[in-house]
Amino acid sequence: MNRLEAVTKDSLRPPPARARITAGGGWTSPPWAGSASGGAAAPCAEAGAGALPEGGGEGPAGAASTAAEVSTTAAPRRLEVGRIGEAVPRADGVPKVKGEFAYSSDLVAPGMLWGHTVRSPHAHARIVELDVSEAVAMPGVHAVLTHEDVPGAKTYGLEIPDQPVLAIDRVRYFGEPVALVAAEHPEQARRAAEKVRVRYEPLEPVVDVERATEGPELHPEGHALRRGFGSAELPNVVRRIVIVHGDPEAEGDVSVSGVYETGLQDQAFLGPESGLAVPDGEGGVDVYVATQWLHIDRAQIASCVGLEPERVRVHLAGVGGAFGGREDVSMQIHGALLALRTNRPVKIVYSREESFTGHVHRHPSRIWAEHRATREGKLVCVRMRVLLDGGAYASSSTAVCSNAASFACGPYNVPNARVEATAVYTNNPPCGAMRGFGAVQTCFAAEAQMDRLAAALGIDPVELRLLNALAPGDTLPTGQRIDGSLPVAEVIRRAAALEPPPPEELPRDPLRLPGGAGNTTRGEGVRRGVGFAAGFKNLCFSEGFDDSCAARVRLLSDGSAEVHCAAAEVGQGVSNVILQVARTELGIDDVRLAPHTTATVGSAGSTSASRQTMMVSGAVREACRAALAEREARGGGEVDVERVYRHAPTSPLDPVTGRVTGERAHVAFGACAMKVVAEVDVELGLTRVVWVGAAQEVGRALDPRAVEGQVEGGIAQGLGLALMEEIQTRDGLIANASFTDYLIPTALDMPPVETVLIEDPEPSSPYGVKGVGEPPAVVSTAAAVAALRAATGRELPRAPVRLDELAGL
Amino acid sequence: MRIALRVNGVEAEADCWEGESLLFALREKLGYPGSKNACEQGECGSCSVLLDGVLVCACLVLAAQADGHEVTTVEGLASDGELHPVQRAFVDAGAVQCGFCTPGLVVAAADLLERSSDPSDDEIREALSGNLCRCTGYAKILDAVRLAAQDRSG
Repeated sequence: MNRLEAVTKDSLRPPPARARITAGGGWTSPPWAGSASGGAAAPCAEAGAGALPEGGGEGPAGAASTAAEVSTTAAPRRLEVGRIGEAVPRADGVPKVKGEFAYSSDLVAPGMLWGHTVRSPHAHARIVELDVSEAVAMPGVHAVLTHEDVPGAKTYGLEIPDQPVLAIDRVRYFGEPVALVAAEHPEQARRAAEKVRVRYEPLEPVVDVERATEGPELHPEGHALRRGFGSAELPNVVRRIVIVHGDPEAEGDVSVSGVYETGLQDQAFLGPESGLAVPDGEGGVDVYVATQWLHIDRAQIASCVGLEPERVRVHLAGVGGAFGGREDVSMQIHGALLALRTNRPVKIVYSREESFTGHVHRHPSRIWAEHRATREGKLVCVRMRVLLDGGAYASSSTAVCSNAASFACGPYNVPNARVEATAVYTNNPPCGAMRGFGAVQTCFAAEAQMDRLAAALGIDPVELRLLNALAPGDTLPTGQRIDGSLPVAEVIRRAAALEPPPPEELPRDPLRLPGGAGNTTRGEGVRRGVGFAAGFKNLCFSEGFDDSCAARVRLLSDGSAEVHCAAAEVGQGVSNVILQVARTELGIDDVRLAPHTTATVGSAGSTSASRQTMMVSGAVREACRAALAEREARGGGEVDVERVYRHAPTSPLDPVTGRVTGERAHVAFGACAMKVVAEVDVELGLTRVVWVGAAQEVGRALDPRAVEGQVEGGIAQGLGLALMEEIQTRDGLIANASFTDYLIPTALDMPPVETVLIEDPEPSSPYGVKGVGEPPAVVSTAAAVAALRAATGRELPRAPVRLDELAGL
Repeated sequence: MRIALRVNGVEAEADCWEGESLLFALREKLGYPGSKNACEQGECGSCSVLLDGVLVCACLVLAAQADGHEVTTVEGLASDGELHPVQRAFVDAGAVQCGFCTPGLVVAAADLLERSSDPSDDEIREALSGNLCRCTGYAKILDAVRLAAQDRSG
């Protein structure tokens, strides 16, 4: 007898009600609101309490008294944060340290089922047969769905709707969703998923990025834009951009060239993809999920489940990190489909292994670069070809391609250039947004080139960079004139002036040597190197995107205020920014933040592209000022106003020349420079990053400590790409989908970081603020590998650097 | 099977399938979702709890193995409404971003300070090297542990 079946009756019954989610309204208090007295209880705070099943006895007795419903009328709690410019405690800090903050995987609703996803074991195959009859009959199973059960659009996508909700007749990547199961216990769902019979006819996978354009066509329907390069009608091109600037054949006195590669990096956010979909009893659905953009999730869910957008409400559950990996939907549409089919709440939580296939990754790149300069070190011409592996579906490949092209030359004044960037479809894992996207890859190549040029010319690498540093008034290779803040030279100077700690004496504790606690050396064979790099990236959405953010402000008769904004708090601290701006503008302390939801306010746009602090600042400021004006005009009373903020308009790059078609393709830029000290055991190829000094221009730091946190975190992710992080694939199959085999930096890998923040207000931006999250991640990979080159004398053209390359094997 | 254990000093019982981890039982059966499910492979430390006073990954312990034992989770660190010094320090030092790693780190740091009241930076790094954080780069987490150590000794 099936062991699981035997225990179904008692141990697999619905869990105790805790987050009583009121269908149709969602919760109106923020997830952290229950942490303090006087507020509504958070879904997690009353966990295990209250409505225990009869005879259950589960749940701590002591918690029973905290039972509470999350009602639609509960008042949001006042949050203790200050005004702009102050280092203020996080609004959600206390509930997070107490374990009371409700993340998307913590949610529970009465009668809840568990969803599970059947995924493709092949990178490329035709589906010959799909039979769910056995799975449907398994114990505890309430529904098994395939593409035939998708009532609306069968495909979705951020820019190009090329990705099937559930595979139709073909799978294009390892882990592609094929069917869905809902059952009473997660183990029942997993076992039923194993009984979904899928007969595949394997096809040759397209995995070589350089041969992708030879075919076969992976999307014969022709989804790709193919915009960019004249009449290029090659197979599998998602986008190609060619920027021609000045005379791309211009010769210099000196030329250096190189071929560079970056690997397939994972966002590796700690909170796995998860969420809860709750049917509202009237044919609509509420989805509680960790995401970066609530309203675009709603649009995609509504389209695929075949409902009007108003009948789908998406609410932000606690987000366990994002870094670009939550821009595309994961379980959102699947959960909604299962909830609507079963008329029961359905929770889906990915395992870590599943998470590696459940979101897009950073595009691997291959870059050919040639830099030409005068004898004095002035750049004459940059020629670069960038190839980006977009994997099976488009996701945000078009924007990644645009960034790779736009920032290929680095933060330098380049009079002549030819830059070609191409993103292609393959049967490798799909790639899309990850912190710094597009700019990370080209910064790695461009900065290695600058060091080569410095060596060829016999000029100090920092001096070479200063000699060519971009400044306001200069023109980018796209023809865009820099009319805002971009103090590149200052950033370079300040980073270069940071003094690293002196070399440590031997003998030392092995923990302070490459190899660490592995005790692999006493210091013999250990060489120290110092690397330097600079980089920049656009802030906000570009190329004509209608980039907007809504905020709604209610001024209440008791003198307090309530702010609604759907901007996703992913850990970066945007909730604090919203409150700081509102308090500053309204001149009062008693400001509450309503839940982030599609139900009560318009779209805030995405928490990505370092845009949300800038956009939220603008929207909340406008709404506050409008609310005050309206109250003044009315002579008092309660007011409720919503305003939408837009930054200055941008326009697309010309599809043939790659030049700007209006004043600008990008609205603002952020620059960062870094010095890294590393030690390498040149015999074993082991490394220890000793110290990082970073200078970043941030417009205006709304909360300096939070900005530092962004810089330190961005550096860590970049060091990960430099030293250890790469998803290994073999014929498109992921071989290391675990934190055992995919390594991210630990507390032992991260060195002390010294950070200098440079405030140079962005004239076009509210309060002069700039986004800060991406620039450090753009630069640190390049700077770290430069330090390893200095330590070893080796070329190291690839990130992550491999041990055998460092050891010269 | 039915298990009985003490969680944060309170007697608790639950019906569990034999394959369920202590983490699953805590989160889904016993009402303690504070311990986090970041990897469920014993690699990230986000589910760190004390089992009879020993720091473990709750995802690597079967619920059945905890039968008759004492478990302390992140929810059990604060007492009488007062945050544990490590919890207070994490808030004050700005060591929390997304916070998914925080419960595990708080439990691991509290355990470290029980064993070593004035740890060196290297000691802190080694003690916390089993707890992955993807947001902070660990700098403010180190600040927090130093701050908590000072608070406790001061």
